[in-house]
Amino acid sequence: MVDMNFSVITTQFWSLILQGLALGLIYSLVSLGYTMVYGVLRLINFANSEVFMLGTFAVLWIEINFLGHPINAEPLTGFKLVYTLVIALVGSMIACAVIAVLVEFVAYRRLRSRGAGRLASLISAIGVSIFLLESMRMFTESRPQTAPRLLDKWTFGEIAGANFRIDTMLAIVAPIIIFVILDQFVNRSRLGKAIRAVSMSEENAKLMGIDINRVISLTFLIGGLTTGAAAFLYTTVYENTVFNVGFNMGIAAFTAAVLGGIGNIRGAFYGGLALGMLEQFSSAILGSQWKAVTVFVVLVLILLFKPSGLFGEAVQQTRT
Amino acid sequence: MAKLSNFNLRDKGAAIWTGWSRPVRTVFVLSVVTLVGLLPFAAAWGPTSFLNTPITSFENVLVYPVGMFVLMALGLNIVVGKSGLLDLGYIAFFAIGAYSQAILSTLHGWNTWQILPFGILFAMFSGLLLGLPALRLRGDYLAIITLGFGEIVRIVFLNLSVTGGPNGIAGIPNPPTIFGFEFNLTYPEHFFWLVFAMILLVIWMIRRFTVRRPGRAWEAIRQDEDVAALMGVNTLVYKLWSFVIGAAVAGAAGVIYASKVMVISPDMFKFDVSILILACVVFGGIGNIWGVVLGAGILAYLPERIRFISDARQVIFGLVLIIMMNLRPDGLLPRKKREKIQEKRTM
Repeated sequence: MVDMNFSVITTQFWSLILQGLALGLIYSLVSLGYTMVYGVLRLINFANSEVFMLGTFAVLWIEINFLGHPINAEPLTGFKLVYTLVIALVGSMIACAVIAVLVEFVAYRRLRSRGAGRLASLISAIGVSIFLLESMRMFTESRPQTAPRLLDKWTFGEIAGANFRIDTMLAIVAPIIIFVILDQFVNRSRLGKAIRAVSMSEENAKLMGIDINRVISLTFLIGGLTTGAAAFLYTTVYENTVFNVGFNMGIAAFTAAVLGGIGNIRGAFYGGLALGMLEQFSSAILGSQWKAVTVFVVLVLILLFKPSGLFGEAVQQTRT
Repeated sequence: MAKLSNFNLRDKGAAIWTGWSRPVRTVFVLSVVTLVGLLPFAAAWGPTSFLNTPITSFENVLVYPVGMFVLMALGLNIVVGKSGLLDLGYIAFFAIGAYSQAILSTLHGWNTWQILPFGILFAMFSGLLLGLPALRLRGDYLAIITLGFGEIVRIVFLNLSVTGGPNGIAGIPNPPTIFGFEFNLTYPEHFFWLVFAMILLVIWMIRRFTVRRPGRAWEAIRQDEDVAALMGVNTLVYKLWSFVIGAAVAGAAGVIYASKVMVISPDMFKFDVSILILACVVFGGIGNIWGVVLGAGILAYLPERIRFISDARQVIFGLVLIIMMNLRPDGLLPRKKREKIQEKRTM
């Protein structure tokens, strides 16, 4: 039934840590799409998983159709490689940001202006989610799509069994850079201050002359940008995508956001990391079929003892 | 547009209902029950044949998804609508009921009527197990925990050998004849009447609860939990009760469902179904029984009816959800206006 295999902890420890870091940081980026929106709107942005899914397809489209690399293309080198990756990353970020802002416009804005309940917005977002998912299912005829291997998977070397491969390293370094920029933006810049103000009190922010709708669009934009970056990294590391790729990613990212304390940007970072590690270690020990179970049991335990997540809702206080 | 969204059919209906004398009410209820009971024959009846759905016959569609969805939406409405707890893993209780029926009947040879109370008990017990830790948490965390629970239950059924893994369990017997009603493939209408009877029972139960202490406690919790606790309502106990009763309804539905379809597998109990049931509740009018029944009826029937456009039907379903929620954010038949005052803050 359940076979436990604890020996992997000693034999593959560093390898699991490295894989967990890469996976966890991708989760962190997607979970920003939930946490930013939750911070200002107190809403579970249900459609974010589909934003991620469309992002992965955007990467594929850019690499195959826009830049003209066939699926069996030879890996690129030098300037051409950097150029291709940057175009794919920026393109995916822009695509996801545009979609996220559109989602806000279609699913939330009208309902918000009429003061509708939160559940109405949730169902409306689920409608958008179903619409995007099923459109893509029709468009791709449910077939998984493979990405061309443009980045040759060479490795920096192996240390203590951990394989420092270029794509793994990319998936670790890029999110950290994005998080530092975002953290500085929210805590230092004028617009960041506006975001924090709206999340503390929408009424007061309005009184201070902040354009609420603009700030909300901005948070969706930022969530979209980071989700787009995650979509790029995901496609680069795993080299394939399918119409329902967003579902598991969405659940994992939302769990990560809750784990770190939803509404808290740094919490999303650590929550994603914790979740990534947890998934890697639990699937190594128990087998990957029990991965989700372990994750949720740990989540319940953490929330029981620390009801506002590991790092609390520090950045944006709970509104009363 | 403003006029459309402000028009409250429920208040109009309630006004007419209170204006009626007792015999008029009885006649009205009896005629509605009779009409709904005759629904399975509506497909065969001349001009209404457009009711027929492309793949399954109308009588079968009435049992699943329509009847089952109405039943589960009513159960979920106790949790989400009455006491304002967001449950994203409701399908788990349905799955527990269905697997109780499947395992107890195929391995131990029990029949559906013997299993039914146990299926309900198992669902209630798991509701208690989940609720005890989860209901201490704030609303948004409850959502993720229930979502996780739904997935855990499905994964456990997927990975255990006693539940047949991904293939599920086949050869589940139909319920034995009771009161002269045979239950098999030839008589789908008997299943419908059974489900209909259960729906009526649940509606009756909810209406009794609403006017009594639990209903008032749920209402208070939904509007403001802190105030409710301050007024002496034991919030945890009443939240647990709403959770457990909701679970019982889904458990009962699961037992009947498994005995109707005879084959069950874990992929019938995915997260999407939980979401679909929640959509039924919110779409119809959260908190209002008749709204929920109508919403579930439409959302269960519509995808079956438009099955001829195959893949596009889910796309259209998504569009319908977006458009409807934007036109009528409180659902098709919203709850009474006076119950809504606090909703913006609590929901």
